[in-house]
Amino acid sequence: MTSMQAYLLRRIILLIPTLIGVTFIVFMSVRFLPGDIVDSLAGEFAATPEYRKIIEEQYKLNDNMFTQYFEWLGGIITLDFGDSLLRRAPVNDLLRQKLPATIQLSAMSLTLSVIIAIPVGIISAIRQDSAMDYVGRSFAVASLATPNFWIAIMVITFGFVWFGWTAPIRYVAIWDDPIANLKLFWVPAVILGTSLSGTLMRLTRSAMLEVLRQDYVRTAWAKGLRERAVISQHVVRNALIPVITIIGGRIPTLVGGTVIIETIFTIPGMGRLFFDSIGERDYTTVQAIVIISAVLVVVSNLVTDMTYSIIDPRIRVR
Amino acid sequence: MARESVAAPVITQPWFRRSTGVLRALWRFVRHKPLGTFGAAVGLLMLLTALFADVIAPYGYAEFNIPERLQGPSWDHLFGTDNQGRDVFSRIVYGAQTSVITSFGAVTLAVVMATSIGLISAYYGGLVDLLFQRVVDIWIAFPGLLFIIFLVSILGASQLTLIIVIGFLFMAGSSRLLRSVAMATLAQPYTEAAKAVGARDSRIMIFHILPNMVPIILITVSVEIGAVILIESSLSFLGYGIPPPFPSWGRMLNESQRQMLNQPYLAIFPGLAIALVVYSLNMFGDALRDVLDPRLRGSR
Repeated sequence: MTSMQAYLLRRIILLIPTLIGVTFIVFMSVRFLPGDIVDSLAGEFAATPEYRKIIEEQYKLNDNMFTQYFEWLGGIITLDFGDSLLRRAPVNDLLRQKLPATIQLSAMSLTLSVIIAIPVGIISAIRQDSAMDYVGRSFAVASLATPNFWIAIMVITFGFVWFGWTAPIRYVAIWDDPIANLKLFWVPAVILGTSLSGTLMRLTRSAMLEVLRQDYVRTAWAKGLRERAVISQHVVRNALIPVITIIGGRIPTLVGGTVIIETIFTIPGMGRLFFDSIGERDYTTVQAIVIISAVLVVVSNLVTDMTYSIIDPRIRVR
Repeated sequence: MARESVAAPVITQPWFRRSTGVLRALWRFVRHKPLGTFGAAVGLLMLLTALFADVIAPYGYAEFNIPERLQGPSWDHLFGTDNQGRDVFSRIVYGAQTSVITSFGAVTLAVVMATSIGLISAYYGGLVDLLFQRVVDIWIAFPGLLFIIFLVSILGASQLTLIIVIGFLFMAGSSRLLRSVAMATLAQPYTEAAKAVGARDSRIMIFHILPNMVPIILITVSVEIGAVILIESSLSFLGYGIPPPFPSWGRMLNESQRQMLNQPYLAIFPGLAIALVVYSLNMFGDALRDVLDPRLRGSR
């Protein structure tokens, strides 16, 4: 077995205790909820003893806590998150319904953030300390410092006050009516994309500056290559490798961002489902979303480290 | 780069470079890092505003005056009034308290825990390291804002819950960084020398390794305070911050949404306050990193 394979295997094995820990913490947190689950299910009616018995049997509330945990874990492994507490429907159905909007918003924002960040980062580095560099860097730090929900409110407020523009409320799937769909999505995607681009921009700039100082770049200049050739052939190619691998590391920020942006723009996605379910104390749905996001984070971290270690073998030693 | 440092003997260095006085170091920071100094000044201003909020604010944070509701900026009400006629300027001044208490509390908790975990994990290595790092793995897996909302909704929103939940979440990430710093120090000959003369573990950790972690700890603090202020305002915006009527910049933005047609100004000032403070702290953190991080020394 090569050292690469050994490293890969080690990392994948370490995923197991991490995911068990994550599910256990989420499961236990929900048990510490104040209030009685049967009462909250009964709603405005007081829970009668018969009702209580039915519910307790249905959700197996009287079982040993560990039995409950392993049963639930078994469900998750086979991708069955149980039934929503309040919506009387399998959580899976809800997720299937809400996932497309979130995937679309995330994909659009990530793409936009890359489209903004990489050219600005490159120009900032090759014209270091010029006016363009200062503008680019200020923009990057400003996008890191400005809360995306504030931008969203300002866009909604002044979009209406100045242009009479209001964000569409009705969601249309992209395969039904692409134009109506994009009318809803472009503003939220631009806001989220810009707020994600700050980190990428700073990273692109510093990676570029590092490569620009390398001996082989000096050689390329010395050979008399044109600037265009040096930058595009020798610098950008090498500088973008770490930048591309780190895009996966933006996933946790993206997940938080979709909760906020979907809530403000009433986009029916996972983030909004999470926010609503928390408010309604629908904890089976909440659990499912927290765990799915955690798995997403773990996997994207792993993929980031993997690609990085393939590119730069020194990383593996740690 | 290594050549430069060898070629610069102590004698040829100008006198002020050799001086290690705190005041001189500060003066050098001010001269070489104007943006960082600006950031530190704004941070200090926020701290003072929070400390002396009672003196600075012309009105109470919950002092309502219905006849004067929804006014634009004026001399009586610098930033205007909200839908209950409360003075927006005063509420922003008191809101600084929320930001300062949450961020300082959470970051102190995060950094103290991260330093201890990083130090112990690096020093003992082996099984201790393996166990500690697996716990850190689990914490890192939770997506920040989502998990904080989840925990706050379970524990109930209060100032203390916010500090603990945010503090625990920030602890994981920085403990990795601090562990790697501790490991690098552990590899130095003087740590080995201390072991050889029979120093106790606690002595080596506190007097030999910890001082070397201080620069990175300071950088971590300056970066995380801004990040916590952003998280706190997002939480308040979503309704999971500290409970009303005590003001928080995030919740003021949330409340402004309902008045957006009557009074668009309400959405401007709290957002500006957050952006200015976080921008300044980032600038200060960047400058601090340039000055303190040994890994960047000599890079420019």
